[in-house]
Amino acid sequence: MLLSYLPILIYMVIAAGLVGLIVLLSELLGKKKHFPSKDMPYECGMDPIGDARSRYHVRFYVIAMFFIVFDVEAIFLYPWGVVFKQLGWFGFVEMAIFIFVLVVGLVYVWGKGALEWE
Amino acid sequence: MSLTIPTFSLASIGPWLTLSVAAIAILVWDALSKERPAAVPAVSLAALVIAAVQSLTLLGKKGTDFAGMVYVDGFTALAYLILILGAALTIFLSWRYLEEYGKNLSEYYALLLFATTGMMIMVAGAHLIMIFLGLEVMSIAVYVLAGFLREDLKSNEAAMKYLVLGAFSSAILLFGMALIYGAAGGTLYLNELAKKLAVTKAVTQPLILLGLGLIVVGFGFKVAAVPFHMWTPDVYEGAPTSVTAYMAVAVKAAAVATFLRVLYVSFPGFAADWTWLLWGLAVATMTLGNVVAIAQTNIKRMLAYSSIAHAGYLLVGLVAANQLAAVGILYYLLAYTLMNIGAFAAILLVSRQQDRYLNIYDYCGLGRQHPGLAAAMSVFMFALAGMPPTAGFVGKLYIFAAAVQAGYIWLVILAVMNSLVSVYYYLRITVLMYMRPAEADLGPVSFTPAVTATLAATALAVVLVGIFPGWFYDLAAASVKIFSL
Repeated sequence: MLLSYLPILIYMVIAAGLVGLIVLLSELLGKKKHFPSKDMPYECGMDPIGDARSRYHVRFYVIAMFFIVFDVEAIFLYPWGVVFKQLGWFGFVEMAIFIFVLVVGLVYVWGKGALEWE
Repeated sequence: MSLTIPTFSLASIGPWLTLSVAAIAILVWDALSKERPAAVPAVSLAALVIAAVQSLTLLGKKGTDFAGMVYVDGFTALAYLILILGAALTIFLSWRYLEEYGKNLSEYYALLLFATTGMMIMVAGAHLIMIFLGLEVMSIAVYVLAGFLREDLKSNEAAMKYLVLGAFSSAILLFGMALIYGAAGGTLYLNELAKKLAVTKAVTQPLILLGLGLIVVGFGFKVAAVPFHMWTPDVYEGAPTSVTAYMAVAVKAAAVATFLRVLYVSFPGFAADWTWLLWGLAVATMTLGNVVAIAQTNIKRMLAYSSIAHAGYLLVGLVAANQLAAVGILYYLLAYTLMNIGAFAAILLVSRQQDRYLNIYDYCGLGRQHPGLAAAMSVFMFALAGMPPTAGFVGKLYIFAAAVQAGYIWLVILAVMNSLVSVYYYLRITVLMYMRPAEADLGPVSFTPAVTATLAATALAVVLVGIFPGWFYDLAAASVKIFSL
């Protein structure tokens, strides 16, 4: 049974080997010129200012939560799409209930004013 | 490829649906209305009543539903009813108390209903994933409830501690389930596990024992068994008093009932291994809970340690592992729900406003000032200590008798000695109330109708259930026949 995973192992070895080879070659063959502004961390072309760890508004967490909710919904819709025909009306009703519950969640956060930026 | 959709009956999970739909409706209703809807507690209580009626219809049934994922039987129904009772009594304690803090929000009731739904999923789970799912639904709601007074530092501390430690314990439980899944050769159905494990035992014994150990740790945390009890005193003290009452009775009841089912259905073949483990846990839990409770001067902390001790008595029942033990545990959970909620109702009244008076010496002279309140509190203290004719006595009697029947004489001796220790700190409250004059004038007690009614009803119920234990015994005895013990 383990033998059926052999292609994956070979694939992993090839992938790791190829990446290692590219890095090694560019390390060996490439020219290296160091100057201060080149060694700086890249930050959209600007000089890096301050610490990367800073406090930001709690609102972003709310946005992140929305994202997770709808992200999970989208992921869950894909497998349904694959077996849509086989599941038929039963699956349709089930998914309708699922999406309805999500809509209720949206109504709740909307009503609570979580979507207002000001 | 064709898919077969398993048949199911929604009535099998009727109580879950009622409570979750009610909780969602409350959230939306609150979000869409300008003013805070005042009828939310009433709606929650109505939902609980409907769920109770639905549970009653499940009482006589036997079997599973939803492709073997959900148990539909008398044991589940009785556990539902105990959980619903705990949640309903908690709601009666809640609204006035929350108003004192200006926090009588609809979310509180929705979370309470969600937590109760999670507990039901847990006790009805016939598959380890269902149990884990229920545990998480319950836990996440209770984490939020523990921190509900979000301007209060102690409430924040309680929520944080409970969240961090609870998340760890959930992970440990899940890891245990994963190991069991591997050891059994790929099943998580409780009834299949017993058969599969018996077959694979020869090869995977160490893995099974490791998985079982981790599952014991996970449940041990939720029932607050020593040495997984560290969070209990701080969380119980910091959480809003009504939530503390709920955590003490309902979370413990759900965890114990589920633990019982998992051990008796899936791991009867390993009884020799888990009984000595639980034997040790039970002794440690009872002893530490009772001894440390003596040193407490904050009444909420004292009841936290008392709740640890009671978890120990329940573990004695799990060790005994016979029909009488299962009946005893169910009865004890009912009795504990009544007497503990009652004790917390008395605490709410004595603490006046916003938990101001929680010291045990604030109970001095209460017998003269408010004889009714003091009498009710004494009933709960006697019941918690296990004195006849209260329900606490009968519960202990069943559990200890079951342990004697199973041959654990020393365990029972230790448990009875522990009960004697507990008498000291429970009766100290009674002594303070009746034999000491009040130290200072703490102001008038505001007897709000809901809390007073809860106090009176639970006091009466504790005595009545203690004098007439027969009807519940018969129900429970019929419901635990499903366990082949």
